[in-house]
Amino acid sequence: MERAGSINFFDEMQGQGGDVRTPYSEFCEWFDAEEPARIHRKAQQAEAFFRTTGITFNVYGQDDADERLIPFDVVPRIISASEWRRLSRGIEQRVRALNAFLHDIYHRQEILRAGRVPIELISRNEAFLPMMMGMDPPGGVYTHISGTDIVRTGANEFYVLEDNARTPSGVSYMLENRETMLQMFPELFAKVPVREVSDYPINLLRSLAACAPPMCGGTPTVAVLTPGIHNSAYFEHSFLADQMGAELVEGHDLRVVGGRVAMRTTQGYKAIDVLYRRVDDDFLDPLNFRPDSVLGVPGIWDVYRAGGITIANAPGTGIADDKALYSYMPDIIEFYTGERALLPNVPTWRCSEPEHLREVLDKLPELVVKEVHGSGGYGMLVGPAASKKEIAAFRAKLEANPRNYIAQPTLSLSTVPIFTKSGLAPRHVDLRPFVLMSPQGITITPGGLTRVAMTKGSLVVNSSQGGGTKDTWVLED
Amino acid sequence: MLGKTAGSLFWMARYLERSENNARLIDAGFRIALTRSSTAKAEWKSILITAGSNQAYAATGQEYSSAKVVDFMLRDPHNPSSIISVVKQARDNARTARTYLTREVWEAVNTSWMTLGALLKRQVRDDDLPDVLSAIRQQSAQVRGAWTGTMLRNDGYNFARLGTFLERADNTARILDVKYYLLLPSVAHIGSSIDNVQWETILRSVSAHRAYHWLYGAEISALKIAEFLILYKQMPRSLAFCAQKMQDNIGWLQRGYGEETEAGRMADALLHKKLAGPIQAIFDGGLHEYITDFLRANAALAQQIERDYRFVV
Repeated sequence: MERAGSINFFDEMQGQGGDVRTPYSEFCEWFDAEEPARIHRKAQQAEAFFRTTGITFNVYGQDDADERLIPFDVVPRIISASEWRRLSRGIEQRVRALNAFLHDIYHRQEILRAGRVPIELISRNEAFLPMMMGMDPPGGVYTHISGTDIVRTGANEFYVLEDNARTPSGVSYMLENRETMLQMFPELFAKVPVREVSDYPINLLRSLAACAPPMCGGTPTVAVLTPGIHNSAYFEHSFLADQMGAELVEGHDLRVVGGRVAMRTTQGYKAIDVLYRRVDDDFLDPLNFRPDSVLGVPGIWDVYRAGGITIANAPGTGIADDKALYSYMPDIIEFYTGERALLPNVPTWRCSEPEHLREVLDKLPELVVKEVHGSGGYGMLVGPAASKKEIAAFRAKLEANPRNYIAQPTLSLSTVPIFTKSGLAPRHVDLRPFVLMSPQGITITPGGLTRVAMTKGSLVVNSSQGGGTKDTWVLED
Repeated sequence: MLGKTAGSLFWMARYLERSENNARLIDAGFRIALTRSSTAKAEWKSILITAGSNQAYAATGQEYSSAKVVDFMLRDPHNPSSIISVVKQARDNARTARTYLTREVWEAVNTSWMTLGALLKRQVRDDDLPDVLSAIRQQSAQVRGAWTGTMLRNDGYNFARLGTFLERADNTARILDVKYYLLLPSVAHIGSSIDNVQWETILRSVSAHRAYHWLYGAEISALKIAEFLILYKQMPRSLAFCAQKMQDNIGWLQRGYGEETEAGRMADALLHKKLAGPIQAIFDGGLHEYITDFLRANAALAQQIERDYRFVV
């Protein structure tokens, strides 16, 4: 095995020292008794399984690699029951605060009046949707589905790296990774008590149905709105619709009929009560947002305002996961819950502030710099991994438009081993737990999606940049 | 179910049927080209016409040689009817209708796209062609097996079946359309050995040369071949068989939805008026006119199904 748990990085299997940490002890016992050749064979079977199932994603701008697999690693990432208790409490607190923040921002804006968040950050923010002002989404829920990205840097050190309050993706990988592990190594699950994740789709359906709009009569009809088969996350859209038994619709399947949003069925138009949309706000309604959008439904906004449909997540939630606002999250949590944040933020420099910018420019080679509106690992600088030329180019961009960036120290992300031809080798990971919110409460599926940088030393875990995934185990108490 | 989904199932089935039919046409053409090189060029041309690809092929400016035509029909991504294009379209439609397919059916369609994609990555050599064509048939059989064994017999099932039989009827009718002159009793060299080979080719292109002989013995006649391909209801590629199935499938849809449709009336007419026989009456009225008319009616039925069941806005 490559050296793990060095001075610089915390390895979740080996800790800092080299002894197997308790959550991994049963797994390691099993692993040590296995033939590497067998595991290798199983890993190949897993890849074939992902291909035939069609668990692929499209990479934009790459014609030849039309559909790609996200690499899957067979070594699970294991979280103890007590670690998970701590994490899930922190996540729940955060998601409640985000919802309270959204409600406030789109109503009385108390937090701005109190001066806890600067007003320009909202008023000049493209993610702020003035049309949502005074609007009450059914059930009072804004973020029906959210994902909280968490990184670990030590035995007891967890940070929230970012919040995803728009349309977080990846949950299908969480479910299929478990399914794959169960097929490949059933005996392992008899040996290690791992908490189930398979009830996510049914919880999602319940959660969405519980937010049905006032005009819904009877059992709510739920549909998933996808941009179509060429979208990078199409597999996930069809997977979730299939698992929930909901219709998978595209914009051209929908129209407003009699004050409701309805889908064109073989027997005529049928009203939809809850729309789990996987298209961005901008594309929702060409009459009210981007006029050139063909992905949305003309007039859906008016139906929404009149209580004829629930849109999940609510339009305008992007203001809550905006990277410019991220650094205010500890204040936001305190403001709405009266408690200190249970999970800390990563220290963040706001380049919009001159002193912060000066400091960032001073130590650019050590920092990670992100675009305020970026996602997917695009348009970011990882200082320690960048060349002099790349750093110089980024410096120019920063100076030209500082408001567009935030900077963070390069975190010593924890590692978990992956299985390679020459044995186990530590690789950096992060974690995205998935959170469902309804008027009945918050449900967090134990674990989430572990993303892993497959390249030695790399800190970038995004699938669009070659990152892979692992099954994530939360152990039973 | 969504109109779009119904349409995707319908088209998925049409494309799957088309891939199998085109493989069969290539097989028949290849056989003739091997045994009778003098007529090979004309034969390939008529096969391209049957596949609806002759214009596209002519536009490439290539000669009508076996190697070139086979490559065009198997692998050319610019030919919308090539096996590779058709299988891709079948898979795209299956992806769109993914939530209505069982895992088994989806995996069979997806596997067939992957397998054929790998097999057709490079130009297929003559001596590998039989294997490749047999692989296409096998993939198709696997999809059909998964389909028959795992799909619910609901509206989605009927839409896909409609696609299968519409496409199949179209294919058989096109073969007859292109080759009708061989079946005309007035042709001078009737009974000659040229006829026999040509007739065999017709039967081969619907995989029915064995079945024909089982049924009619050694005697090959134009009238009997026409009867067999048009009216014989036990022959799964005959027009009458396909029309009967379409009427059944639309019947299920009408009962399930509690609503009679224009498409239903058209399917009835196709079966009971157009395919009532006897074969002599069809010949008396003109075989070519009859086939042209059938193709038109079949296409009109497809459009009516699309309208009645709201495949598109």
